[in-house]
This record gives sequence, structure tokens and C-alpha cells, in this order.
Amino acid sequence: MAGKTLFDKVWDAHVVDTVPNGPQVLYIDKHLIHEVTSPQAFSELEERGIPVARPDQIVATADHNTPTVDQHLPVRDVLSRNQLKQLSENCEKHGITLYGLGHKYNGIVHVMAPELGITQPGMTMVCGDSHTSTHGAFGTIAFGIGTSQVAQVFASQCLLLTKPKSLRVNVNGKLKPNVLPKDVILYVISKIGTNAGTGYFCEYAGNVFEEMSMEGRMTVCNMSIEMGARGGMIAPDQTTFDYVQGREFAPESAEWEEKLAYWKTLPTDDDAVFDKEYSFDAEDIEPMVTYGTNPGMGIKVTGTIPDKEDVNLDKALAYMNFKKGESLIDKPINYVFIGSCTNSRIEDFRIAADFVKGKQKAPNVNAWLVPGSQQVAKQLIEEGLDKVFTEAGFALRQPGCSACLAMNDDKIPEGEYCVSTSNRNFEGRQGQGARTILASPLMAAATAVAGKITDITKQLN
Amino acid sequence: MEKFTKLTDTAVPLPIENIDTDQIIPARFLKSTDKKGFGDNVFRDWRFDQKGEKNEDFVLNDPTYSGPILVAGDNFGCGSSREHAAWAIAGYGFKVVISSFFADIFKGNALNNGILPIQVTPEYLKELLALVTEKPDTKLTIDLENQLLSTPAGKLEFEIDPYKKVCMINGYDDIDFLISKKEKIEAFEQERSF
Repeated sequence: MAGKTLFDKVWDAHVVDTVPNGPQVLYIDKHLIHEVTSPQAFSELEERGIPVARPDQIVATADHNTPTVDQHLPVRDVLSRNQLKQLSENCEKHGITLYGLGHKYNGIVHVMAPELGITQPGMTMVCGDSHTSTHGAFGTIAFGIGTSQVAQVFASQCLLLTKPKSLRVNVNGKLKPNVLPKDVILYVISKIGTNAGTGYFCEYAGNVFEEMSMEGRMTVCNMSIEMGARGGMIAPDQTTFDYVQGREFAPESAEWEEKLAYWKTLPTDDDAVFDKEYSFDAEDIEPMVTYGTNPGMGIKVTGTIPDKEDVNLDKALAYMNFKKGESLIDKPINYVFIGSCTNSRIEDFRIAADFVKGKQKAPNVNAWLVPGSQQVAKQLIEEGLDKVFTEAGFALRQPGCSACLAMNDDKIPEGEYCVSTSNRNFEGRQGQGARTILASPLMAAATAVAGKITDITKQLN
Repeated sequence: MEKFTKLTDTAVPLPIENIDTDQIIPARFLKSTDKKGFGDNVFRDWRFDQKGEKNEDFVLNDPTYSGPILVAGDNFGCGSSREHAAWAIAGYGFKVVISSFFADIFKGNALNNGILPIQVTPEYLKELLALVTEKPDTKLTIDLENQLLSTPAGKLEFEIDPYKKVCMINGYDDIDFLISKKEKIEAFEQERSF
């Protein structure tokens, strides 16, 4: 019998029951909730008179719809304020821990949970947000769910699911200087497309991921959904254990030792077989930018937009106002956004600050920096990065999802280009008519300084 | 959940690939705390321009096409997990979406809201899109019990998870089923070794 994958091991350990010829009942260890996808689930339970089964396994934050300025004041937008109020009331009523606006642990759900040690290897975690895949960086089965499923987890701490197929993405070799985890995942998606992972759970393997920091691994796993995979995982190793140990909700002493021993058994067996596998050479990866309206439409910054007959490409380029065969280098850019659950952790800001230090943002650029959490914001100040950014003319805002999905006031105006460290370049994602170019924090910082897209490889060498 | 058994009606062709949930319902409309009203804003930024004027070229604004069946391009519903997308599709009046590929989360959300996603081959989709585009009064019949999609050109058997089929036909959802497993869930919590 073939060995088990990391995914198999964690999945199988959480199966409560199997419906004959049907789905399985999967136990969920941690359920993260936020203001946008939870209210209808709470209402559903109330209408049916069902209590929340395991409130102590739920953690809530306010992030999607929160302002990133003046968070100490009442939220101006009435609908947003109401949504946040409902979250507070629902959490209070059902005894759920909430890190609301202004709380020292408040932040984007996928930044907050890992940094507090809530996310741990071998767990099953869900959230009504497709970027829940982020937590897979810890060797966790973590995936986004719809609101009906949020209600199911509230009611039973379980979900009814059909086990997905297995996929492995291997990247081996030596990454070139200034190629960041974001470039690696944008490269992979540009090669395999936005639906190659649909129906699969992905494992990222190879020395490139083994050598990445936890924050880098989170960036990679975060974008698993952009290739269609419900989730992506990386085997837990010493890097993982060192990151988790000592955090607020990490296990301690005897419990730590016991869990650690278990976590060490999780990596995929050598003889395990995957349903689908892709392999890439690290040497082929360069700093990436997207030119179209889905995350698979990416090219090396030194490359050119594909010149081929394709109605989808035509539609995307019409929206972006780009031409086939052209390079993006020297395209003027007026907005830069460094933030989102993909790239808003301290390492992202360190990389950007390192580049920006002693330079000035171009006068045409509005550069928004939105830390992923209060803790990241605090660390920025402790490390003096806030000064580097403000001296360079960047606007440092307060934590939240912000311009990644533009639910709050942080919107990119119609027709404007934004080089963004977020995860989606869909039409209108960052505001009606806004044109998003996805890139790494380094590319974003370089764009802000130059006021246009620059060949970062040339600049740094 | 509303029951779904059989439906015969006309279809709306939307031959765009990779229709993401931000197109189905833009984030700025996700501030409601109930499930109602999302249909008014389905495909909002394709239906209306920034001034709120109707975009006459968009299929939903073309009186030639109507009906509760949406025939859409490959990889429908990719992107965000927002169930608001399913509520918007249902709220507008669609009961069936036919495509050559569905994103996982959208597919699950659709089934949990009584919307039937039917996956067909890319070749079949191309023919079906041509048929309903050229002959807008073409009636399609979807028979869930027998898993058949019928057009004047013939019948096609489609697949659906057997458990989900029972749920759709009877209007059941997963909550009752999961609650019925309470004892097993509690036993699992007691027995797990880590």
C-alpha cells in the first residue's frame, strides 16, 4: 500500500463518520470568523433555534470592512458600522472571543491567527474566506467556506465534505536574488492556470519551500485558491516549530512536547502517490507582474504580454488598456498598495523599507501601506520602519483588508493602475474600473519610488 | 432550502470564461447582514456603468434573452468564498447554471442554496451556447431525478454527488444531518489522541 500524504494524515485524523457512497463528516479544530460572512450564519442558527456547539474553538476578528484611518472614531459608513456591531453582538451572545477594531490582537484574520499561535500544524481550520488556505503553511488543512458552511460548523463543529484529490507542486533549485515567495507563487499560477488546482488540495514541496520563512510560506499557501485549489500545505519542520513556539496560544511544556512529536510524523511519506504533480526549476523564476484580470495572467517583469488569439485575453487587455506583445516596464503607475493577507507581515515591510530607505516616493504615486495586524503595526514602529516610510512619503495606515477588496473607503479610482501586493487582479476588485497589477512587496516599493514599473533585476544589481 | 426536481425553460448565454465572484457580486455590496436583495446587484459592473446607466450590450439587459438557466463560460465562480455570489444568482432568479467547469467553493455554495450547477464538456458547452444564442426561445429541460439535460438536439446525462442530489430534491441541507451525528462527534472529541 502506498504511503500517505501530509494531507491524508491530517484529513484521516479528523474523519468522524463516512456517509456510504457519499461525503465524510470532518471535524474542525478552529473556526475563524469575520464580520462579512458570518451574520447570515448566526441568523440561520437563531431561526432554527440551534446553539453554537463549540464557541471556544471559534475566534473572531473585524477586518474586511473596517476603515484604515481613525479607527478610534465610530465607523462612518452606516452599513459597515452595522455589520461590525452585529459581529460584536453575536460574539457576545454566543461567548466567542472577538478581537474587534482597536483590540491589540485585531488584524486580518489570516495574519492574526498565525501570529498568535492559534494556527498549529496538523489542525483543520476553516473561515468564510477563500484565503484561509494561508494557514496551510503550517501543515494545516485550512480552507475557505461559504456562509451555509459557517452555520454548519457553528451547529456541529463539523463539515460534510468529499475528500479532494491530491496535487503536489515541486520547486527545486536556487532562487535568483530578489525573487520573493510572491514571485514563486505568481510564477506557478502563470504556468498552470487558475483552475489547475480545482478539486485538489495542494502540497508545496522542494528545497525552495523548505528554505522559506513561515511568512514566505504563508504568502505561497495564501494564493493556492488562485489556482483553484481549496488549500495548499507545506510540511511542518523546524522552521514551523520555531515560529509557533512561545506564541500566545501555542501549547507549552508537556503538551508542547506531545504535539511536537505528533507534528513530526505529519510530512508526506516517501512512497506516497499524488493524483497530479508539477515540477519547476527555481532558476527559471524572476520577479513577476500580472498584466490581465486573473492571477494566472502573469509574466516576468522583463517579459512581454503574450501575443496570441484568445477572446479572454482580448477582454482582459481591453480592461487593462494594455496591448499584446508589449512590456510593462516604464508604464506609469499612480497607486501602490502594500498590504492584504498575502503580503502584510513584518518581513514584507522590512523588504520594502530596505529598498525605500533614503529614497523618495515619486510625486505621482499614492503609496498605501496597510499592516496586516495591530501586532505588525506595533513591530513596524519598534523597528523604526514607520519613519523610513513616512520620510519617503508613504502613507502608513491602520490594519485591515483595505484596498485588496475595496469594501471600505480604500478604493483605487476608475482607470488608474495599482501595483498591489494583494492576491486578485479581477475587474473592479480594487474599485470600479481600477486596474490591478499583482507583484511582490519589493516590486511594489520600487514602483512607488520610480512612479512607473521598473526592471527591479537591473536596479538592484 | 427550496426543492429542485424538474425545470423546463429558456436560458441566458454568458460566454465569458473565469467569471469570478467579484463580477457576480462586487465587494461593495457585501455589507448586508441578511441574504436578501443581492439579485439586484448581480453582475452589477457589467450591467451598469459607473453612472448607473444600463450597459445595453450586456446580455441581462437584452430583452431577447431571459429565463432561469444561465449558460456560462469555463471556470464559473472562481475567486472568493462569498456565498453572496450564490444568493445574487438565486436572487436574480437563476435556478440552474451550466458551464464546462465550476470553482469548488461556488459549486458548494450553489448546491447549498438550491441552485443546480451542471458541468458539461467544453464541446457541449460551445454547442449549447451557440444554440441558446441563436435561438433564444429554445427550451431546455433539466430533470434532476434522472440527471438529464434535454435540448431540442438531444439528451445529456449529467453528474451530481448522490448525497447532494437527495438534498436538492428534498430541500434538505447539511445542518440537520450534521446535528444528527452529535453523539459520534462527541465520541470523536473524547477519543482523539492528540
